[in-house]
Amino acid sequence: MNELVEIVGLTKAYDSRNVAVNNITLTLPKGRIIGLLGPNGSGKTTLIKMMNGLLTPTTGSIKINGAYVGPQSKARVAYLPDRTYLAGNQKIKDILKYFQDFYADFSRERAEEMLRSLNIDPDTKMKVLSKGTKEKVQLILVMSRNADLYILDEPIAGVDPAARDYILRTIINNYNPEATVLISTHLINDIEKVLDEVIFMKYGHLLLYTSVDNIREQHGKSVDAYFREVFAC
Amino acid sequence: MAWDLESDRPIYAQLVEIIQMQIVSGYYPPGGKLPSVRDLAAVAAVNPNTMQKAFAELERSGLIITQRTNGRSVTEDEEMINGIRQNMAKDHMEAFFTKMKELGYSKNDIIALIEKSYEREKEE
Repeated sequence: MNELVEIVGLTKAYDSRNVAVNNITLTLPKGRIIGLLGPNGSGKTTLIKMMNGLLTPTTGSIKINGAYVGPQSKARVAYLPDRTYLAGNQKIKDILKYFQDFYADFSRERAEEMLRSLNIDPDTKMKVLSKGTKEKVQLILVMSRNADLYILDEPIAGVDPAARDYILRTIINNYNPEATVLISTHLINDIEKVLDEVIFMKYGHLLLYTSVDNIREQHGKSVDAYFREVFAC
Repeated sequence: MAWDLESDRPIYAQLVEIIQMQIVSGYYPPGGKLPSVRDLAAVAAVNPNTMQKAFAELERSGLIITQRTNGRSVTEDEEMINGIRQNMAKDHMEAFFTKMKELGYSKNDIIALIEKSYEREKEE
């Protein structure tokens, strides 16, 4: 079985006028790095939250590794939310301990190694870190899990270009070839080279799901340039 | 250092060209071992599956060979490597002549310019 995520007829309507995700059917395979792209308000975060069981679909279903979203799927999904959930007065090393206790698949060694290579001292409290460093710490925590599915909601927005490169390399190097990484972002140009496939969303609809090289072959332009064309304001 | 890739062409095709160049230039000598897909993908800063696709393409052409137990290596067929070198040279020449003609140079002008540039480079 090569399917990792099976989404069928998925809809989330906050009320009759606000349909954030509109009847999406989508199957994601194992072993891919996939970009989830779309303008603001296209439903990316709503989709991601449903995949993590943080929002309940209005209709439709999501299965991850054959199981409906629930405790079983959550144990195998590493999720980086679009905002922080870590308490400011905790030290990084305490958070490492917390993750170690909470997730059976968390590798403390891997996290410490990544912190070292980004020169982040585990004795620091979260609240004294810059916005970018906080983001790095959270991404390190997520990527140090040995999950089946990594869902990263805007993972590189706040970090400088050099750290972005490091983070992308970390994603390439660390994920296991059986796992899939789903990355939602606006910074297409920066991550295009590490993506296999892209999903375009617009007004809650699935517009396109294809490979990066397909777009380049068919349209003779980068995904970034194609995105600007499709979503021109 | 991430590899320099153009944004308007498929990535795997560009990876194929770069690896071909590395083989032709002797960076990977005939019969020499190649890095793993994953390692090379990390160096190039590209997706491992895309690198895999580039390797598959190079395998199809026979330029690289997969040994079941011993990873991948460059072909020992130097004639084949030479053939690719000549093809690449031909492509460069064609592109060069097209540009020079666009600039309005005649054949004799072009040859004279080549010799002049060549002399200058030798002096440096």
